[in-house]
This record gives sequence, structure tokens and C-alpha cells, in this order.
Amino acid sequence: MTDIYLNGEYVGLVKDPKDYVHRVIQDRRKGKISQLLNIHYDEQGDRILIDLSKGRTRRPLIVVNEGRPLLTEKHLEQLKRNELSWSDLLSQGIIEDLDANEEESAYVAFTEADLTPEHTHLEISPLAMLGLSTSLVPYGNYNQSTRLNAGSKNQKQALGFYAANFAVRLDMDVNLLHTPQVPIVKTVMHDISDYQQHPAGQNMVVAIMSYGGYNMEDAIVINKSSLDRGLGRSSYYRPAVAEELRYSGGLIDEISIPDKDVKGYKSEHDYRLLTDDGIIFPEAKVAEGDVIIGKTSPPRFLSSMDEYNLASSTRRESSVSIKHGQKGIIDFVIISENEEGNKLVQVKIRDQRIPEIGDKFTSRHGQKGVIAMVVPQSDMPFSVNGIIPDIIFSPHGIPSRMTISHLIELIAGKTGALSSRFIDGTTFNGESEEDLRAELKEQGFRENGVETMYDGVTGKKLDAKIYIGNMYYLKLKHMVANKLHSRARGPIQLLTRQPTEGRAKEGGLRLGEMEKDTFVAHGASLLLKERFDSDKVVVPVCEKSGLMGYYDNYKKQFMSPIHGSDAEISLVEISYAFKLFLDELSSIGVYPKIKLTNKY
Amino acid sequence: MEELFKQYQEDISPLLMEEIKSLIPPKTGKTKVKAILEQVKKEIALSSVDPGECVGMVSAESLGEPGTQMTLNTFHFAGVAEMNVTVGLPRIIEILDGRKTISTPTMEIYLKGAAAKGTGIKKIAARIKETRLVELIASIETNIAEGLIEIELNQETIKDMELTVPGIAKLMEKAVKGWTLKYDKNIFTLKAKAKEDTINALYKTKEKLKKLFISGVKGVTQVLPVKHGDEYVIVTFGSNLKDLLKLDFVDGQRSMTNDIHEIAAVFGIEAARQAIINEVFKVIENQGLNVDIRHIMLVSETMCISGMIKGITRYGVVNLKSSVLARASFETPLRHIINAAMIGEQDHLTSVVENVMINQPVPVGTGLPGLVTEVKMKKKD
Repeated sequence: MTDIYLNGEYVGLVKDPKDYVHRVIQDRRKGKISQLLNIHYDEQGDRILIDLSKGRTRRPLIVVNEGRPLLTEKHLEQLKRNELSWSDLLSQGIIEDLDANEEESAYVAFTEADLTPEHTHLEISPLAMLGLSTSLVPYGNYNQSTRLNAGSKNQKQALGFYAANFAVRLDMDVNLLHTPQVPIVKTVMHDISDYQQHPAGQNMVVAIMSYGGYNMEDAIVINKSSLDRGLGRSSYYRPAVAEELRYSGGLIDEISIPDKDVKGYKSEHDYRLLTDDGIIFPEAKVAEGDVIIGKTSPPRFLSSMDEYNLASSTRRESSVSIKHGQKGIIDFVIISENEEGNKLVQVKIRDQRIPEIGDKFTSRHGQKGVIAMVVPQSDMPFSVNGIIPDIIFSPHGIPSRMTISHLIELIAGKTGALSSRFIDGTTFNGESEEDLRAELKEQGFRENGVETMYDGVTGKKLDAKIYIGNMYYLKLKHMVANKLHSRARGPIQLLTRQPTEGRAKEGGLRLGEMEKDTFVAHGASLLLKERFDSDKVVVPVCEKSGLMGYYDNYKKQFMSPIHGSDAEISLVEISYAFKLFLDELSSIGVYPKIKLTNKY
Repeated sequence: MEELFKQYQEDISPLLMEEIKSLIPPKTGKTKVKAILEQVKKEIALSSVDPGECVGMVSAESLGEPGTQMTLNTFHFAGVAEMNVTVGLPRIIEILDGRKTISTPTMEIYLKGAAAKGTGIKKIAARIKETRLVELIASIETNIAEGLIEIELNQETIKDMELTVPGIAKLMEKAVKGWTLKYDKNIFTLKAKAKEDTINALYKTKEKLKKLFISGVKGVTQVLPVKHGDEYVIVTFGSNLKDLLKLDFVDGQRSMTNDIHEIAAVFGIEAARQAIINEVFKVIENQGLNVDIRHIMLVSETMCISGMIKGITRYGVVNLKSSVLARASFETPLRHIINAAMIGEQDHLTSVVENVMINQPVPVGTGLPGLVTEVKMKKKD
């Protein structure tokens, strides 16, 4: 007797488990019981597992009977004529969904040619083994799996056309490619996923060669004239929001141009773009520091004394302004109310991004690279037909990574562009390389995709024939404009008086422990000291008590924490972090005595 | 001529001087010899470290950076599954931490005479491997009713091991006192002298006997004869130099262990210092990395300078540091600070870490020399 478990709960016993399972499956295929049911006989544990629970991952497979798939040509034709739907196939038991358990007892053929009488199921398409974005990689079956991973990861970061109503949306951190294109080399997944509706790249002419060493280490050289024509151009949108918050005591924020006597008033120049309602006007050009929404808040701590003062004089400035290192144009302004009935002002800022040195591009094969050089068209190499590449890609990226699909896409893209048709590059089922080569030859090109090219600078013929063709390139969201950062002086932290951290806070670049070691190893002792001078302070040290003293502004003299005005004070230069350390020692009950001697 | 050499004995080490003496052809002119010595002196000056050079930091970087590239943790002896030797980064960490018990102690034993050529190598290997009584036992039984332990030994094994039954009996008598031992050929019977012995004692004695050490070198659990060039060497798992060197067929001058602490105990600290250098260098060479041996020498000397092996840990060399702040900045700061506060320790701010902390020039390189002109201070009244 074999136990039966339904959704993990024991429900009963059965005499002949194999026959039972067979009967249940047959009934499911006939539609007598739910299609959502999965059954599996676990021979080792001698138990039958029936599952109807939620959240199982199931995958569709074609049912095979005695080495023949139930899905026939007749069905396919009916499907084409729209006489049959997916759910019809399911209810007729031609296709069924298996879960992880039932999959264990299935013997699945990868292709129809592999079928033997023992097989129970047939894969609908070999592509089913890949996920959505991985199946967007053309000719993926020529690649190492790690490259497929990288390729599909890159696609998720590509700029494209994310939503048709982008013009009225207020999303955080959005990029939009100006002239997106559908790839010449497509896969089935491009059609299934309606890729035409949200393309995310452009077809570019790619030459695989080096260009004066400017494309070493995965970098790419890009054609300046192509950029001028709009290649890879995108917009970057970010919102700015201000709300009239209500505070206890009936006090409220006010969106308006702040009065000059407001606490924290910026300069008049900063408010110049605000209209009478205190909000910036659309299409205004803004740069770092400009106020977008003028706002004032009531004083933070309202004591009884303050009530006698004039309201405005104690109000705080709390405007929203453009942050450090950012610029743009105001796209539109929305004035509305939020759920609590507070006035809400939202502003969308737009910034055009023309590809520049440091922007990241990639093909669909995990061959990402950064622009290292923008070259005028006149200096780019050209072919006999006068074709000038948009991008020059380094050949050194190919051997170690073994991305054969990258090379095949190039030749497929070239063929597709010349015969003005789309090429099917679906993984496992793509158009064959030989066919593409033959077609390329028919078009009057070398069948291996190389062309004689001439140096744009000297006009001399290049010794080597250059592999050139069309490829679908993606602009990735990592752009230097969002990352470039430097600092000579700027904000410091309150506690340690050391520079703040991070680009957003205009922070310093840390000279860390290991970097310090290199200075020491070089014996550059004084340079090291200078590097660490960012938090230096001069503290008065009382030599009597060995503690740090302070300056008394009333008595106009230095004081010792123990001996008061009767102190022997010496001024010592140390780092503020060390002063803090000594204070912390005092707080744990350790008396750090400083003994001063002259160093020289 | 001798006078000339004496002139330079301050600048040229005795060993080097001897070498120069042996290399100079006889009847060389005095001026020529002087020129040679002058050149040698110059070369020594050029190749010596500059004052204020931060040798420790350079060594740390030179060892630390290749450490990030190390792979493969164990080395497998072909054919013997259980014989793995720790190499790579874990081995370096083990050595530099100065661990008392290392993960895979091994010895490389060189042999004297004919054995080195491979004659009777298996027998010799068997003599080195430690043998316990269990390995000789064919059957062991306890007779609870009469309070007896009956042991039957495997005669063939005894023969192979070149042991004798009376010899084994002697060892057994020594091990278990208070028992009478009788043996007939290869069958031993033990009976307790005291009458009140319990079953428990019977069992304990049985277990004790099983573990009885019979022959070989204690601690050596595995032996493997290997051919090094045209000479046979025995590689062992488990290390015991002290007992090994007592064996007459072992070449004590070349046999080695990888247990640094054992070397320190048997040969002294200087040998241990050299052993650390050899072991670390062996690992680095093995990995195909290139580190100058002088960096390793510096580390090794630092570890051995106190006369004992101190690891590069907070209990080892770091604990030897005089500065409270330097110790506190390494590990467990609070402990160091509170201990220092309790005994009123002083920190003279003489090394690198402290000066970085208080933002003063570190006393290496350009920060080392003081001002050339003396600053005259106003006298305090």
C-alpha cells in the first residue's frame, strides 16, 4: 500500500501506485479533473505526491505518446488561422504544465529529432530553457553561459523607450533614448515580448579593429559625426517635490519666494528663476544651486518668547534647489494636493545626454565598454563604398571571452541591412551562418564580412582587411555625468570634522589604510601628514594637568579643566579625530595625560 | 697585505673578506687589492638599505600583495589518498601566526648508506612508522568470568616488523602493572593480581593495551618512500624529530620537518628562524610567485627576535610593541587602553601608527631627520 499526500497532507492509501498515477494523469489530460493538478510517484519514499497548492512553478511541455508528439502539423495550421488557442491545447491534453515534482517522472526530449518511444514529453522550443532577457541575445547557443548571463544583465541596464506615457509621468531617475530602433538581428523573443513597442538600442556600424590604442581595455572609439546626428542621445529625467507640511500649533510651510529676512536666505541670484507663486517656470535652464521651488518653514523650536517676535523674521528657508553637480531644463510643473490636503508642487527636470567620453555602451553579448575617444568622421577609417563605422570595437575583447555570437551578429546584421530584412538569430534556431555568408556574397560583399579599408587620417590603405558590419548596440544607464566627482574643499562632518563621504554630499575621496601604507613605504612622511591635515586643529593643552583646555571668551584667556585660569597652556596642533579620541578616553574613565616636550 | 685587509675589516664582513682573499690571485699588487677592496666597500654601501627606509612596510606589501593571488590549498601525493599537505595561503598564515599545532605536520627523512639507494627501503619505512599493539592483534577477548584478557597476535606481522614475542611481552608488562602475564607462542593471557578488579577495569586495560606503543617513531602515522633524483627519501605524515634522530640509519643532517616549533625545540631558535624562511619561501615559489627572500627573512627575524617563536598576532609580536596606541589600533583596542591606564603606561609616540593618529610626520623616510639648525628656545622664567 502506498501513501498519498495531497498538498503535503496525508489523505489515504492506494494499492497499485503506478496504475493510479497513470489513471490520474490520463483523467487530467481528458479534462475530467483540474489541469492545475500535478501528481508524482516517489518510488524511493513509496508515496504519491499530489499538488494543487499556489505558487508552484510549472512549465509547459508537449505530451508525447509512443514517440510521437500529440501536437501535429494540423494543430499548427489551426493555430496560424487562429482557430485554436493555447488554452484549447491545454484542455485537449496536447500540452500540459509540469511542476518540479512531476518533472522528476518525465522524460523530456530536447528536439523532435531526439524522440524515442521512452520519451513522455517534448520541449516546445529549446529556447524555453532560457529566461526572457537571455533569449533576447541573438545566436546565444554559440556562447559560454557566463557571457549569456552578462549579456542579459546588460540588457536590463539599457536605455530605451520605457513607457509611451513618459511625458506625463513623474518617475525617479529615468532615462529615455531619443531615437530607439528595432534590432536587425532579432530573436523570437523580440516578437513575443513586443520589443517593437519598447526598443532599447540602436543599429550601429561596427568595425572590429584597433584605433591608435584608444580602444584598449574594452574601450570603444565612437564617431563624432554620428553623435552629432543623434546617435546614442538620451534624456535624463528627475523629479523635485515640495509639500506645504503642517506642524503642530497651526503652523504651515509656505511655498513662495522667501523674504530677505528669512533665516538661511540664499542670494537673490539663486531665486531669480522663480515666478510670483514661488515656483520655477517650465523650460527654465537651471544649474547647480538654483532654487526650483521657493519654500519657507516655521521656526523649529517655538518657545513662548518667540511668539512676541515677528513671524516672518524667525521663519526658516527650506527651498528645493538643484543639487551639487546637476543641471537641466524644467520639463513641467504640477501643482496639486496630496492625501492630507497639503499643497504639493512637483517639478520634472530634464537633461539631455549626448554620449561623451566615459559613457558605457554594450552589444547584446556581454561585450560592454566605455567610450575612450570621440573621433570626427573625417579621421575615421572608411571602406571602398564610403562606409564609415559608428563604433570601433577592439579585437582583443574576443579571444579570451569567446563571444562567437558577437561576431555572428555582426555578419548577420550586415546581411540584414544589405537585403533590407530582419534576420532571425534565435538561440538554437537562428538562420545558419552559411546561408548568411552566401547571401552576403550575393550582395557583392566578401562572404567572410571583411572589407578593405582606408585610414581616415592619412588616406592610406590599411594592411589588414577589417571585419565590419551592423550590430545592435545598447547605451547603458551608467553615464559619467552622473558619476564625475572631485573636491578640493567642501563640507565636513560635524562629529569628526573630517570631509563628508560620497558624491551626493560633495565628499572627499578617502585616503584609506592601504593607501596610507604606500606613503609610509615610500618614506613620504611629510606628504602623508599633509594628506591627513583635513581635520587638523590647534588645541590648548594645560601642561599642569595634561588635559586639553579651552578659551574663555569673557575672561579673554585660556583655561584648564582642572586648574582653571591658573594653567600652563601650550598650543598644540593635532588632528580633531585624536582630540575626540582623548575625550572618549575620558568618558570611559581613563585619564589621558599629555606630556609636552619640544621636538627639536 | 694583512694590514690592508685589517683596514677594511670594519666595512667588510669576515665571511666576505675570506671569500675575497681566496679569489684574489697570488702575487697581486697592493694597489690593485686596495682598489678591489675599495670597490667592494662601495658596492656594499650602495646595496645596503638607506637610513629611514621603511623596510617593514615594504616587506608587508611585498608579501601581502602576492597573497591575494594564491590559490589551491592542499597538495596531494599521487596515489595516497590521505596524504595531503597544506600549502598556499593557509600554510603561510599558519607559519606566520606561529601556530603550535600545524594542520599537516610532515617530515622528509634522508637515509644513510645503502638505504638511500633504495635497498630495503620498505622495511626501513616500516620501522619509522609508529606501530601500536592493535596492528599486531589477530583477536582480543575478555573472559569476564575468570577476569582474563586473551590476546592472539598475528605471527606473520610480527615477523614482517622484525619484532619478537618476548620483546612485545616485556613492553606489555611495563604498560600494565598489577597484572600477571603468561604467553605461549603467540597467545597472551593476562590476569589481574588484585582480586577485586571489576569488569570496568578489565575493559579499561584492554583498551590501554590496544593503544600500546610497540615500535617506530611516535607520532608518525604514515610513511611513504619517494624517489628524489637518484636518492630514496621517506616522506611521513606526523612529525617527531627528537625520536627520529636517535635512529642510526637516518641522515640527521639533511632530514627535515615542517613543524617550526619542533625545530625550535630540537635545534634552537636560529634553526627555527631559517626554517620559517625556507617554509614560507617554498610556498611562494610553489605558487609561481616572485618575492625577494629578504622580505621573508625580515619577517622571520621579527618572529624569532625574542628567543621564542612569536606569531604576527595580537598575542605575538604585536604584544611586544611598546606603544599603547599602536597595540590598541591593531586589535581589541579597549582591552589595551584599559590595561595601559591601570598601570599608567606611557606612549612616547615613536613609531608610525601613533604619529598618523595624532597627525604628525611619521618617523620614517623624510620624517626621520630632525632640523639641522638648532632652534633656540626662550628660557622660561
